Amino acid sequence: MQLPIASFLTDLDFIHVLYIVAFVLFILGMRQVTGPKTARRGNATAAVGMAIAVLATLLTRSVGDYGLIALGIAIGTAIGVPAARTVKMTAMPQMVALFNGVGGGAVALISWAEYRHALGSGLGNPPLDTLIPILFAAVIGSISFWGSNIAFGKLQDVLPQRPIAVPGQQFINAFLLIVALAAAIAIAAGQESEGLFVLILLAAAVLGNMVVLPIGGADMPVVISLLNALTGLSAAAAGIALNNVALIVGGIIVGASGTILTNLMADAMNRSIPNIVAGGFGGGGAASGGGDDGEEKPHRLTDATSVAMALTQADSVVVAPGYGLAVAQAQHTVRELADELEKRGVEINYAIHPVAGRMPGHMNVLLAEADVPYDSLKEMDEINPEFPTTDVTLVIGANDVTNPAARDVEDSPIYGMPILDVDKSESVVVFKRSMGTGFAGIDNPLFYEENTEMLLGDAKSSVNDVLAAVKTL
Amino acid sequence: MDLITELTILALAAFVGFEVISKVPNSLHTPLMSATNAIHGIVLLGGILVIGEAHGFLNKFILVIAIAFGTINVVGGFLVTDRMLEMFKARPKPNKDA
Repeated sequence: MQLPIASFLTDLDFIHVLYIVAFVLFILGMRQVTGPKTARRGNATAAVGMAIAVLATLLTRSVGDYGLIALGIAIGTAIGVPAARTVKMTAMPQMVALFNGVGGGAVALISWAEYRHALGSGLGNPPLDTLIPILFAAVIGSISFWGSNIAFGKLQDVLPQRPIAVPGQQFINAFLLIVALAAAIAIAAGQESEGLFVLILLAAAVLGNMVVLPIGGADMPVVISLLNALTGLSAAAAGIALNNVALIVGGIIVGASGTILTNLMADAMNRSIPNIVAGGFGGGGAASGGGDDGEEKPHRLTDATSVAMALTQADSVVVAPGYGLAVAQAQHTVRELADELEKRGVEINYAIHPVAGRMPGHMNVLLAEADVPYDSLKEMDEINPEFPTTDVTLVIGANDVTNPAARDVEDSPIYGMPILDVDKSESVVVFKRSMGTGFAGIDNPLFYEENTEMLLGDAKSSVNDVLAAVKTL
Repeated sequence: MDLITELTILALAAFVGFEVISKVPNSLHTPLMSATNAIHGIVLLGGILVIGEAHGFLNKFILVIAIAFGTINVVGGFLVTDRMLEMFKARPKPNKDA
């Protein structure tokens, strides 16, 4: 005998109401992520929404095999929790790439299992309004899984950062896409074959590898955003296949977010998305464009003491950090230097280029970790008008995003990319390991400007030397 | 639910997503992305729904992995986002303007 309350709980309408509550919480949560003060609460709100969605699903009558569900959740928790607790903030891009990957992988696996189930239960192909989303989810999920793994490998330095070019790349990619689509169309047209379905997964897998392998390290922020969007879309497709409204809404929100970020990143690098996916820019290839003929152009070197003097005499100082700062783990030392200068009445701000770091907003996280106050982090549009009234700008581990060639030299490969106008400040000190070129392999005229001085060496020890010198003044 | 209803929800939710997410400042894009990682972990629901009707070892095995993947997304994504956002809330600077 069933209690009335139990039948109420497993009622489909009730479960739908819970789903509605869940995605309302997702949207409210994301709305709170718009400000640093409410963002943490927003994340918690979305997490509550997720918990409700999972509980609602477990109430569904057709759900069984609770043991295996618990097993899957236990395995996922055992992997996810320690990873999230211990990952270094510099490694966030890899982490996000990996999370994109497992999301896409889950979608691909579910669509595969769903198709196997349909064939295995003797029902044959599901109706088209289910089948087409399943096929779409399989293709996109598989591309996303493998593409993300390659992105992870590149960011983690397991694979070389440089673009890995294969001759006839474009043709191979087009061929793989055609294979995947042809197999999908064959199934949709009535073929009942698991072999064809696996072929779709495999062709998409190789395509995912082939698309990301030739993309260079500098383009990674775009790639990660794009994979994020794809994973979201594949989840939404799975939602349509499974008639699950929470999956549809959750997936498409992620798809929208990834799409926005992809466009922002591509704009910040002045590159179109097809251009990036076609490959080759972020390293090599473009190197000759900047005119790197003369090995030794005149530049002025400086030392820590002179920099310290200039800094203590300044009224306003701007720090323009790049990924090099993070690699050198110099963010804490920079913050100590800033504290020391602020004590002496110097105003310190940070100029954050949208693609500083390896993923959208990465530099902000790294500086926040070093306790740099949120308010002194200025976005590019906000800080650029301030440079002409800035006394000293410290460029630390950044290169291409400060390259005035992007603004002035029309035949430069990065021409048109928005940059930080650091060269407009009274004086510039560039902290750099050597006089070599940056990620994109393009020479930077900033280094040879009259108001620029170079402080060569490891970013962290250089900043440390300056800090020590400031303390003695 | 029929396909048209689902596509309607999809289209409307896409617009809501665009509206809400486009207001997130650049400075919070990394936490945004890891939070959306957690949200696409909602594929977990798909695994839970399908595993009950699945037969055979391979089907169940595939789905356990899918559920594990989804769970990694959900718990890992929300936790790591919380870790980041906690740092953003950090102490207000004592003497900001000199």
